Amino acid sequence: MTDKPQEMLIKIEGLHKRFGDNVVLSGASLEVPRGSLVAVLGRSGSGKSVFLKCLAEVIDPDAGEICFDGRPLGKGDTAARQDFRRRCGFLFQSNALFDSLTALENVALPLEQTTDLSSQEVHERSMEALRQLELEVHADRYPGQLSGGMQKRLALARAIVTRPEVVLFDEPTAGLDPLRRNAVFTMIAKYQRQFGFTALVVTHDVPEALAAADRVALLDSGSIVFQGSPADFAASTHEVVRGFRDSAEDLARALASLHQGDTIDTDDS
Amino acid sequence: MFEQGVRCLPVILIVGLFTGLVLGLQGYYVLNRFGSESLLGTLVSLSIVRELGPVLAALMLVGQAGSALAAELGIQRNTEQIAALDTMGVSSHAYLVTPRLLAALVVFPMQTALFCCVGLWGGSVSGSMLLGLEPGIYWSAVERAVELRDVKECLIKAVTFGLLTISLCAYHGFNAHLSRAGTGARAVSASTTRAVVQSSILVLAVDYVITSFLI
Repeated sequence: MTDKPQEMLIKIEGLHKRFGDNVVLSGASLEVPRGSLVAVLGRSGSGKSVFLKCLAEVIDPDAGEICFDGRPLGKGDTAARQDFRRRCGFLFQSNALFDSLTALENVALPLEQTTDLSSQEVHERSMEALRQLELEVHADRYPGQLSGGMQKRLALARAIVTRPEVVLFDEPTAGLDPLRRNAVFTMIAKYQRQFGFTALVVTHDVPEALAAADRVALLDSGSIVFQGSPADFAASTHEVVRGFRDSAEDLARALASLHQGDTIDTDDS
Repeated sequence: MFEQGVRCLPVILIVGLFTGLVLGLQGYYVLNRFGSESLLGTLVSLSIVRELGPVLAALMLVGQAGSALAAELGIQRNTEQIAALDTMGVSSHAYLVTPRLLAALVVFPMQTALFCCVGLWGGSVSGSMLLGLEPGIYWSAVERAVELRDVKECLIKAVTFGLLTISLCAYHGFNAHLSRAGTGARAVSASTTRAVVQSSILVLAVDYVITSFLI
């Protein structure tokens, strides 16, 4: 018996983006199976966020094609783009919460603005999302009155309140300590399974991504140089993958040689 | 509505009062040279209703509500709140700018009318209470001088200034990320400054154009 091929919800082909002379993406391609959690890894400044924002249409790519659920999101196809936005949630690195709105108002905003639900239904759905993210008691507090972790959960509540089929996470663990990183990845994996959405997470946290994701992709020099399962990633002999995966061991080796008085190659490009 | 209306009320009242007071004071002494103090009401009312009311009220509203709008939108752009609206499928223009433009349509004429009333009263305080001109002479001159077309001109200017300045302030706040000053706080500061300076110049330039058509 053969495995049924996975249905691809998102297909990205040959994405190009440059800012002036700075080429950020040069033909990045990626496939995201429906219902999976895909982690896009890459070094800081490798263009991961730009890649995700091109997909979310926050940034216009210079070239390339994005297909969502088999339908190309062409520039002229407003209906397809609106449909994508309706079915997609986005969690920003900075959370992008409205600081003048309470937690409840932040979560209710997409429902109020994009659906025909009555105010009673909007309130119920918003409170339900807050309850699921364990923020119910903080409904009347402003984002500035919440901790970093709570703000992250609030941003996730807002991203999922419209019950999207896909949620894009832009560096959800940036600037967090290891314990909080684990907590955020656990949260993403938990809710991804609970709500059944497709998740695309860009991050540079290798161990957490490998533990949580169904598929892993590596973005380097403007293109995806690897995509496959975490097991494939762990076994890959690709030079860039190896360098990324074995960075901790490389650090240990470099420190060991430092003790022996050798010089260290500090390539931080 | 609250930002342009309630928050700007004190500054409108204070500037309107002092404009009337100083116009009454200056006007009284100038007219006194020709023995025409009885025309003080005419001078103050036509100056305020036709020109100073709409222009100064608009400048005050730009200084308070326009700068606040540009800075708020600039910060929202910087913190990706506007991008967040776009990803939610919410029109950021419709959600953030349109309500402010609609508020300007209502609030600018109301604030201008209030400015004119307080200014006229200030002229009366100056001319009658402080300098001894008979209040009846002042107010009857005001009544004779101000015609319906003056009020129309005043309100046309107020609406036009409101739409133009709030649009310009919103534009600069919205595009704070495109500022040549870079990004972050500096870009917000630069875009807010540009919004206020350009709006103020625009008010004076458009005032000249409208006056030249309506005079």
